[in-house]
Amino acid sequence: MGVKGIPISKHESGVITTRTDELLRWGRKNSLWPLPFGTACCAIEFMGVVSSPFDISRFGAELVRFSPRQSDLMIVAGTINYKIGPVLKRIYDQMCEPKYVISMGACACSGGFYDNYAAIQGIDQIIPVDVFIPGCPPRPDAILNALVKLQEKIDQEPQRGPRHITREHGKTE
Amino acid sequence: MEKLNNIIDKIKEKHVDAIEDTADSFGDVVLTIARKNIHDVLVDLKDAGFDLLLDIAGVDALNLGRKERFEVVYNLYSLSQDLRLRLRVNVPEDDMNLPSATDLWESANWAEREAYDMFGFNFEGHPNLARILCHREFVGHALRKDYPVMKGQWATGTADLRPDLENE
Ligand code: SF4
Repeated sequence: MGVKGIPISKHESGVITTRTDELLRWGRKNSLWPLPFGTACCAIEFMGVVSSPFDISRFGAELVRFSPRQSDLMIVAGTINYKIGPVLKRIYDQMCEPKYVISMGACACSGGFYDNYAAIQGIDQIIPVDVFIPGCPPRPDAILNALVKLQEKIDQEPQRGPRHITREHGKTE
Repeated sequence: MEKLNNIIDKIKEKHVDAIEDTADSFGDVVLTIARKNIHDVLVDLKDAGFDLLLDIAGVDALNLGRKERFEVVYNLYSLSQDLRLRLRVNVPEDDMNLPSATDLWESANWAEREAYDMFGFNFEGHPNLARILCHREFVGHALRKDYPVMKGQWATGTADLRPDLENE
């Protein structure tokens, strides 16, 4: 008997011992609660990955929450323009640590083909991003792949305190 | 078509010199109206059955060699008579004032805000001529041909979307 992914030692009494950080990481990566920050077509594609044909719950991330207080994975799906930028930042700030961000689609990653006065050329200019998904829109399996990649990343991360972004929002470079 | 011609004839009679030019665009009649007459003409057209203002658009004809740089385009539609009419008004760069049509059609409200946001027309009499697409801190008018199209401008607050949260 064992729990996949965490090193354990068995005792005959039925007690399992492990390390706290290992256990926390294991719980964390298998119960990511996504907050969909959907602003455009990519958000529609995200609905596809939540629904039964692709079924994101197989990866423990089906509890889509619309409150930043209840979620630990922000999925930014869609074009982010300069007007919504401060809102994105504020919602990210409201999420509790530990928190992760997946940037979904060409628009969120780099502005996509909207290289103009309205679109932010990549959300990593205002919030830290853990996994970028290319595509316009990305296929559902690409989103699932990003989730697995994020789980691998969580698996390897050391115990950590809160992260801080280095670039201050509101400043053009 | 006959109905539309009747309406236009009446306008011509009532407002001499208001119609500067008549053209056809893909089967729709396009009238160029003098700026000083535009509001009176709109009033009469509304009375004549044009009950829907579909859109107000702006045009920047920079370097196109026209007499005036800007142009405002009104798209009207009559639901009861199935008629379409487009009005163009030439607006010079140094005097971008224009009467608002918000007293005639509610839909003029947002359409004029958009035209102001993108080109900088000043619709006199508009109840709230604020930016509608770009954020409040945006400087300049994005669809003017001399605005550098790739120049983004950062917003520092959420005042546009939740003014009530701004002073938290
Ligand atoms: S990347 Fe493509 S599909 Fe996704 S929001 Fe942008 S335009 Fe839409």
